[in-house]
Amino acid sequence: MSRNELVNPEGLRVDGRRANELRKITCKSNVIDYADGSSYYEQGNTKVLVGVFGPRESKQRGVIQSTQVVFNVEFSMAPFSTGERRKRSKNDKRLLEIAAIVKQTFEPVILGNLFSRSQIDVFIHLLQQDGGMLEASINATCLALIDAGIPMIDYVCACAAGYTSGFPLLDLNLSEENSFETPNLTVAILPRSEKIALIQLKSKLSVDKLGDVLELAKVGCQFVHKKLDQTVKTSTADLINKIST
Amino acid sequence: MELNTNNKKFVIESLEKGYRTDGRGIYDYRNLIIECGPSFGNVQVQLGKTRVQAIVSCEIVRPFPDRSTEGFVNFNSEISGMSSLEFEATRFTDLEVYISTLLEKIIKTSRAIDTEALCIIVGEQVWSVRCDLHFLDFDGNFIDAAVIAAITSLKHFKRPEVTKDGEEVVVHSLTERAPVPLSIYHTPICVTFSYFEDGKCFVLDPNLLEEKFQAGSISIAVNSNGELCCINKAGGVALDSETIILCTMVASEKVMEINKIIKNALI
Repeated sequence: MSRNELVNPEGLRVDGRRANELRKITCKSNVIDYADGSSYYEQGNTKVLVGVFGPRESKQRGVIQSTQVVFNVEFSMAPFSTGERRKRSKNDKRLLEIAAIVKQTFEPVILGNLFSRSQIDVFIHLLQQDGGMLEASINATCLALIDAGIPMIDYVCACAAGYTSGFPLLDLNLSEENSFETPNLTVAILPRSEKIALIQLKSKLSVDKLGDVLELAKVGCQFVHKKLDQTVKTSTADLINKIST
Repeated sequence: MELNTNNKKFVIESLEKGYRTDGRGIYDYRNLIIECGPSFGNVQVQLGKTRVQAIVSCEIVRPFPDRSTEGFVNFNSEISGMSSLEFEATRFTDLEVYISTLLEKIIKTSRAIDTEALCIIVGEQVWSVRCDLHFLDFDGNFIDAAVIAAITSLKHFKRPEVTKDGEEVVVHSLTERAPVPLSIYHTPICVTFSYFEDGKCFVLDPNLLEEKFQAGSISIAVNSNGELCCINKAGGVALDSETIILCTMVASEKVMEINKIIKNALI
């Protein structure tokens, strides 16, 4: 396989997946004792840990809103998360952008008017980066918010898709993301209504191809939803068992 | 600007009947005026009452060691306090950060500008191009105006010619040798839609009043070849995928019109 070819003639990708195959997803909720809700989410080699604190009384008096909850998101990357060990400043533009996107995506989904004068803090920590950190962060945050018992109108499930030499690719890994030619479309949907809460496209994609790539990304999102739903149900069943025994 | 329930009701009810507060059609752009000059890379864009000025400048710097053949292109936006009462002159606002990152995505990530052409000596000297955006007057839709201003000014800009005299790099002044334009592959232009309530009503190029009462917005950048360069929608009410595809269609048509205006302005 040549270096800039993303799919070989047998139809396999760099990591041996087919074009429409997701990476393996493993997730677990309630992993941090002190947090009100938490989750650990793994998609291939991308690993994310999320802790949710709140709803709790706001510490800063200035930001209290009388009709809405204050929703904060902080995103950080472990120094060992990438190939090159490097500590990133908290004010790194890329990290702030991801935090802002997660915040904007969840704000209209959370029923914030139920928790006026309080705040919810979400801390996302990326342990290992192998592409799709935004999608993983959104999925993990969704799981952690459910674990914290925060009412939402629906799940938010995210998935990425790209396009290369004639066909769409699902769930790009780091080497696929970094190759300049592949467009990268990140989509987050509300699975019940199938409406799109977040859509982001980077790099070039022809207008008439958008429909196909978007459809594939949505299929991926639905699969993620099934996985998240399963995790929530098993952890709740577990909890019920513990209470009744 | 009064943000009261009556104003909101007025805007949304008239939109449902197909009227906009400033008399435009749903998919009409405001009057776009682009003025270039007097110096290279100095462009002022006026979109209705919204006004943005872009100024491009360049200097010679040392490249990053891992990208020794690539020059730099940076975008800086500054929202001046005089543009609207909303903005405080001293504070760095989220909107400024948002606009600069979006510009980077639209122009740099889509590879509209050839950064390798900015290299003078590999690993030693490259051009660093800086595009400063000043927002002078605010009547909604800073994003589109900023993108048009930035890409037009990059196209209008000419850098001094350099020649190598052995190891020495000679920078010729503008009077000595004809300056060279930057190499730009395509012209991405961003079109912003606002939607209201549950995504039923849509408008192109929202003005300030519409921007205040919107349920969300989506920005779509398309270039002259009909390729999408960037889509950005985060937050706001969720949308159908059909609506998004419809928006991209409308956007790709609008971009052709805007492209013509830019071409005329650059002559």
